[in-house]
This record gives sequence, structure tokens and C-alpha cells, in this order.
Amino acid sequence: MAPVIKTEKITHIYSAGTVFEHTALSDVSFEALRGEYIGIIGHTGSGKSTFIQTLNGLIRPTSGTVFFDGTDIRQSKERTRDIRFKVGLVFQYPEYQLFEETVFNDIAFGPKNMGLNAHEVAERVREAAGFVGLREDDLEKSPFELSGGLRRRAAIAGVIAMRPEVLIADEPTAGLDPAGSSEIIANIGAYRRSTGATIIIVTHSMEEIAQNADRVTVFDGGRIVMDAPPAAAFSRSDELSAMGLGVPAATAIANRLRARGLPIAGGIITADGLRAALRELRRGAGSA
Amino acid sequence: MPVVYSAQRGAADAVLRAEGLVFSYKPREGELPPRVLDGVDLSVWRGQLVAVLGHNGSGKSTLARHFNALLAPVCGRVLVDGMDTSDEKLTLDIRRHVGMVFQNPDNQIVASVVEEDVAFAPENLGYPSDEIRARVDGALRTVGMYEYAKHAPHLLSGGQKQRVAIAGVLAMEPKCVVFDEPTAMLDPRGRESVVNIIRSLCDDLGVTVVLITHHMEEAILADRIVVMSEGRVVMDGRPREIFTQPDALQGYGLGVPETVSLLRGLREDGFDVPLGALTADECADAIMTAVGGAVLSGCENGDVAD
Repeated sequence: MAPVIKTEKITHIYSAGTVFEHTALSDVSFEALRGEYIGIIGHTGSGKSTFIQTLNGLIRPTSGTVFFDGTDIRQSKERTRDIRFKVGLVFQYPEYQLFEETVFNDIAFGPKNMGLNAHEVAERVREAAGFVGLREDDLEKSPFELSGGLRRRAAIAGVIAMRPEVLIADEPTAGLDPAGSSEIIANIGAYRRSTGATIIIVTHSMEEIAQNADRVTVFDGGRIVMDAPPAAAFSRSDELSAMGLGVPAATAIANRLRARGLPIAGGIITADGLRAALRELRRGAGSA
Repeated sequence: MPVVYSAQRGAADAVLRAEGLVFSYKPREGELPPRVLDGVDLSVWRGQLVAVLGHNGSGKSTLARHFNALLAPVCGRVLVDGMDTSDEKLTLDIRRHVGMVFQNPDNQIVASVVEEDVAFAPENLGYPSDEIRARVDGALRTVGMYEYAKHAPHLLSGGQKQRVAIAGVLAMEPKCVVFDEPTAMLDPRGRESVVNIIRSLCDDLGVTVVLITHHMEEAILADRIVVMSEGRVVMDGRPREIFTQPDALQGYGLGVPETVSLLRGLREDGFDVPLGALTADECADAIMTAVGGAVLSGCENGDVAD
């Protein structure tokens, strides 16, 4: 299958030629398939935020090319503009960017910009609100009347309303309580299931990746240093912790059990996986 | 509701004390003010690290803002070392007693050089310059940022900036520090460094700490956990007591640490493990005790592959 998004050796240098010159990305080549769910991890300054902004053309890399559906997103002005709608980007703490008088108008901002008529815009707003669990009466409220969690979901709905084929979110659950976080993750999952969109999520939660992602891409020092299914990536605990990153709790516990002499297989990333492994061991011991 | 520590101590030991605290923000015309805090009674004892958990909107940040007189109660009262926060004459004293660290370090840093930022409060308090120097150096050492004294804050990582913000509060030598989700915007490395500093403030400097957080893993390190919901304190106990009540926590929109949810699942599977093994090491030990013996002897018989 051809990738929906592809970067070819992109390098990005901030403030090139000044004393503040800083290489944020070097030679990053990456591909995402349609419908794939990709988790991006890396500590502050690893380049991940710069990277996701190159994917919808917000940042033009110093060198290298970004492709959408096989064509350069910089091929023409129209193309670059079109990409903003096809590759939706949800920033960190997006609720601070709500500015319209009503939640409806805020969600409608993107579809209006796409040039849709009022009827189509309303349809998009209702559809997007549905994905994030906003009620009809919430739409007429001021964004500031909503709780923090709902405000975040309204902001995500504003991006979903453009029906992006790739939905990118930068730490969409940061600062939310556990219930609010699971709702957002479920909303994004629902959007993916019903549209087949590709999801790219930047997160610090290894649990979130273990549960949802097909692949995890690890950034360090402006490069992709790992790009593998979660089970394979998290089996490299030592390398991850050297980069200041962790592994899911289930993996950490499985590692400790192995160190204590229990013959637990590798690749465990969820509590369910560890439970199954322990049940398996008990069966083996029982038959001894 | 298990209430810890309250029976055996007198009011005088409480650094922070809320009594029948009720608070509502100014309502819109014609509306009844919703009570953000609805009768909070809470004493925080000297030298304790108390984590406050609660879903978004449960009132925990509003409570935190009462502890250094950023907000004043509508009913009831809040005492800081016996000083009533509603008495405006005491506000400055109270703010010297209780430092606050917020979520976003960018909003708390005012100067363009790290050490100047940390010196901001003691300078305002009018201390002599050698005293200020000593306080700034001491505070920067405590947070491990002494080497960055001459650096520009905006070029630091989020975790480093947050440590500078903490140093700025410590330079006032407060008896108590209230942290309002101090790690929400940090990466795992920054989070770990800030959490370690918070624990050491308590253990090494005897500072009383209130830590508002959404991270159950951070709350494990506290001496005591207070759970808030709908403006009230609904659970209060040691981490082991609180986290072994997963159903109650879920009812309040909270979760349990990953360790507890694993142990809970293992109990469903018929393994005899305790729920209260909160850290990864404790959890691994508990699992070894419950399943290790049988499995390892099975291994010796050569029946377990790999």
C-alpha cells in the first residue's frame, strides 16, 4: 500500500546563519499508511513538534520533501493550502485557541475556510461534535462556559470538522484527568474507525501507545531512532531510558519478574498481556 | 471515609487548615452561584506531603488558591499557621509562608537571567544583598540548577524552567509549598526531576507540601492522599488505603496506578496478590510471592519452555 504521508530526508534548521542556529530535524524519512495509528515519543527538544508541523506544511523544512498521496505538498500554492485541510493538526492545549462567540462557530471555522456552504458547514459541525461527544445545547454556548475537558474536545472537533485524512494531535490528553483523557482517546479512535483516517499522536503516555498504536516512532536529537510496533520498541527498555523515556508499567513489571527468575516472554506491553503470560506460566507449572 | 492523622494531632500542628470552607465564583446575574467548594474541612500537618486528586472541576485548584490567600472563603475560614487568610493585613505574611508553583513555568518566570529570577522575591522582601545571594545559591542548589545561574530561562527545557520556578519560591524560604499540577506540561525526564525535588523538599528541608496532580503515579509518593469531588473532600488516607479502593476512585472519575489495575486483574485470574503493591518493584515482589514459587519449581522440572 502506498503511504498517505511520506517525508524524504527532511532537515530543519532554526535561525540558520545566526548564533542561535539550531538543527531541529536531520534527515528524517518517515512513512504513514492509511488508517495507521502512530504514536510519537521523544523528550522536549527531540524534534517531534517541529516534525509534525512539517507534515501539514506549517513548517517548511530547510531541505527534503514532504509527500501527501505521492505528490510534493509544495507542488503548488493550491496544493499546500489543500493539505492544511487534509492533514489536520491539533496543537497542545488547543482550547486556548478557541476564539469565536459560540462553540458552533468555533468548530465551523475550518469548514467555512474550506469554502463549504452554510448547509454543509452545519453538517460538518454536527458530525464533528458527535465524534467528541458534545451535545446540541453545548454548541450554542460560549467556549468559556464549557469545562476544560469539553473545551479541549471542542477544539479537536474544529479540526475533525475538516474531515482530515490524517489527524495529528500534539499531547491531546495533557493536563486532563483520567476520565477526560480516556474520552479524548476514545473520540479519536471513533473518528479513525468511521473514516479510516491515519492518526498520529505525540504523547508522553507509554500506556496510551501500548493500548492504541500500531507503531511507535521515537525521536531523539532531531532524528528518528526507533520506528517499530510498540512491543518491539518497548523491548528496548534500556535504550529508551537512556533517552529519558520510559516503558509501559506492564513492561517494567515484566522486566522485573524476568530479572527475578520468572520465565516471562518478551514483548509484554499491557496489563492484559502480562496477565495472560502469568496464566500461561501457571498452566505450565500445574502440569509439571 | 478513613481519615488519617486527624485524631492523634491537635490543631496547632496544622500548617494549613480549612474549616467549613465554601467558595463560589461571582455568578451571572439571576443565577445561583454554583459552589466550587462546598464545605471543605482539611488539616495539613507540618512536614507532610499531601497529594490532592480529583477530576477536572472537582475544586482542587480552587482549594489550592485558598492556601496562600489568592482566594478568600465565602463561608468558613482558612488558617495558615494560625493566620486567617481573610485578614488582608496578614496577606503578605501568608504569602511568605506558603509558596505556589503552577502548571506552566513560562507564566512564572519574570527575569531574563536564571539567578535574577530566583532573586526576585527575596529582593522584593528587602533582604540585604549577601542574604539574597545565599538564598539564591541555596535554592538553585536544591533544585540542581546552580550551574545554570547565568543562563537565560527561555532557552531551558520545560523541566529546567519548572525547577527555576521552584527555586524562586524556595528563595522565600516558605514553610509550605503548594504545587498545582507542576508536571502537567513536562516530558517524562522533566517530570521525574520535579517529582524528586518535591519529595526531597519534604524529606530534607521539612517543607510541608500540597501537590495537586492528575498523575496517580506521582500520588504514590505522597504521605497522604486527599480526593476531592464536587467541591468536597471525599477520601482521605495513605496511598495504600486510597489506591486499594479502585471502585470508589473510578466513581470519582479517577483511576488507579497501573500496578493496582494489574493486581486487580490478577486477583480476578485467581492469583493471591495484594492490591496495595503500588510501585513496580513492590508489584513484582507480590507477583513473585504469589506465583513465583510454583512456576520456578515447574521450571526446574524442565516443563516450561524458553
